[in-house]
Amino acid sequence: MDAMLHISTLHYLVLGAALFLLGVIGVLTRRNVVIVLMSIELILNAVNLNLVALSRYWQGVYGPNALHGQVFAIFVITDAAAEAAVGLGILIAFFRNKETINVDEVNLLKW
Amino acid sequence: MAPVATPFFFYLLSGTMLIGGILVITRKNAVHSALALIVTLLAQAAIYLMLYAPFVAGVQIILYAGGIMVLFLFVIMLVSIERTMKERQFNKQWLVGIAAAGALGGLFMAVYTKGKGIFPEHALPTAEAQNTQAVGSLLYGQYMFAFEIASLLLLVAIIGAVVMAKKRI
Amino acid sequence: MHAFIQYIQSYLDSNQTPGAAGNVFWAFIYILLVFVGLSVAVIAMNWLERKILAHMQVRLGPMRVGPHGLLQPIADALKLLIKEDIMPAEADGFVFWVAPFIVVLAAFTVFVVVPFGPTHAITDMNIGILFMLGVSSLSVLGIVMAGWASNSHYPLIGALRSSAQMVSYEVAMGLAVVSAILMTSLNEQGTGTLSMIGIVQAQQTQGMWFIFKFFPLGLIAFFIFAVAMIAETNRAPFDLPEAESELTAGFHTEYSGFRWSLFFLAEYSAMIAVSSIAVTLWLGGWLRPFPNFLTGPTWDLVFSLFPGFTFLFLAGMCFYSTARMPKHPLFRIQTMGLAGFGAALALIGLVLFHPQVRLRIEDIYWFCAKVAAFMYLYIWYRGTFPRYRFDQLMKVGWKILLPMGLGVLILTATVGLWPLIKQTIWHP
Repeated sequence: MDAMLHISTLHYLVLGAALFLLGVIGVLTRRNVVIVLMSIELILNAVNLNLVALSRYWQGVYGPNALHGQVFAIFVITDAAAEAAVGLGILIAFFRNKETINVDEVNLLKW
Repeated sequence: MAPVATPFFFYLLSGTMLIGGILVITRKNAVHSALALIVTLLAQAAIYLMLYAPFVAGVQIILYAGGIMVLFLFVIMLVSIERTMKERQFNKQWLVGIAAAGALGGLFMAVYTKGKGIFPEHALPTAEAQNTQAVGSLLYGQYMFAFEIASLLLLVAIIGAVVMAKKRI
Repeated sequence: MHAFIQYIQSYLDSNQTPGAAGNVFWAFIYILLVFVGLSVAVIAMNWLERKILAHMQVRLGPMRVGPHGLLQPIADALKLLIKEDIMPAEADGFVFWVAPFIVVLAAFTVFVVVPFGPTHAITDMNIGILFMLGVSSLSVLGIVMAGWASNSHYPLIGALRSSAQMVSYEVAMGLAVVSAILMTSLNEQGTGTLSMIGIVQAQQTQGMWFIFKFFPLGLIAFFIFAVAMIAETNRAPFDLPEAESELTAGFHTEYSGFRWSLFFLAEYSAMIAVSSIAVTLWLGGWLRPFPNFLTGPTWDLVFSLFPGFTFLFLAGMCFYSTARMPKHPLFRIQTMGLAGFGAALALIGLVLFHPQVRLRIEDIYWFCAKVAAFMYLYIWYRGTFPRYRFDQLMKVGWKILLPMGLGVLILTATVGLWPLIKQTIWHP
């Protein structure tokens, strides 16, 4: 009971792992490209959660200015923005050519 | 000001996040998935606030919820989804996918149950008023090179998105 | 009981916002005050906009309900509340239902950090301005959802236009804001701040509103923001998402009754919110005009008498109109009501002359007065400018405002660092 009520770093890590698994399941099982991209966002968010939680942990060890995890989280968010822009651009090009957004119908190398 | 009722808010927010995540990967309609993802992202921003990371929380709201998700909704509206909703939602190898994810989950569980002792909670609250300044001086000091690379990456992404989405270049 | 009273009084003696003091009771009171004040402001804006637009077009505007149509907004609100709430048959029920609430929440939540005075804010966040920009950018989600869920052509086109427009202008807006934030870092420590109260205090210590700082850089940044904020709130001349001649009503075509009034409420409170950002960043927030030139107890007294005189002036207007009301028996109740309203305003004005009230209310008065000036500008723009075409809108956003914002940002940074640069280059 005490472990339930006292929120430690591990709680955040477990939450991050659960979110990561949800994202992995989404990527591996869905056909809709948009939802696959959203699952990738879920995965990136799980990573971010871990980074920020561990940054808080290291702040306890090295003092309040050990914010490297948060800086990394910001870089990951930047990456997510770039990835979403390019991914959705590819999706639009794909949709224009094949009139579908199912990922298992992406079977041409060239169009 | 010290946070109040930490366990309550943690479980509330993490419950919201997990339910949102499940809805993201199970909804038929992509717009509903996007809405569930927005809820997840906002709950995660609140969790960042609980972790004394207000700047990351603000960036999360403004970039993810206000920027990337609008892009997603925009694209969902551009591509028609009526036909997709009537089709099969999961691909043929969904069983394999879930099995692989389950194996990964087992690995996580093993790691976290074995490694319980190495994450003791002795973190001190940061002076919240200095968080943004500290993150800023790290970004523009120690991580200057990475920051510049990130700007290059964004430039590449802009060009890539334009090349991909434009009909005729 | 005694402990409770002490708990309430302990805040009054502390010189902090309720959020910083951690006082839940006063935070609740402040939230209620802000909410009620906003609703009253939206109602007043509704009446003022119709009246001012009418006078600009040499019309009378609403005149029937109450003297000079003063009760018209209340009549409108009643009509909207008892109207049938229609949901299109093909609409996506849940999304259609939740969209107006998202827009309203996004528009109201930002007022958590708006500083009406050094202690008159619900709370002061370290990420204040980032929070405001982020939460107000969430309203675009509600608009897109409303347009999509209606499952109809006009709303969908309106929502697409609106989202494209808001996302584009957010970029220019953000750059303008960043150049103002850079100016807050011009102190001995060299660290700026994102907190709304901190930004106004920086203007106080630097002895200058940021609109005049590094003339004309601050002015250009303010201009960029002033254009972007109109586009952000979908108001004329950038009201393409709800251009009535093309799209009937844009994203809220299918909404009626109470839910339509939520969109209305959200639009006006978003206007007030962005105006308060502009006032906080460039126009000195709660600071009275010339706090550094016209100093001394005499000037303090003169400027602190403004709120009372404003209300007395309004009361005088009421009394003048009362005297001019038709002397027909049918107008007796209206005449009495107007006189009573004037008396109430005069009473408020007299209360505001009391030294205790005067000193506490002064900063709120100056903040609200500056925001009110912006509100008048909004109406003025609507009355004068023709609507832009969509490609012109995008051209203005991406090809004019964005490069201008980037240039201003670079120049601001250079000018701000100029002493340091000079030192390193010429005196190594």
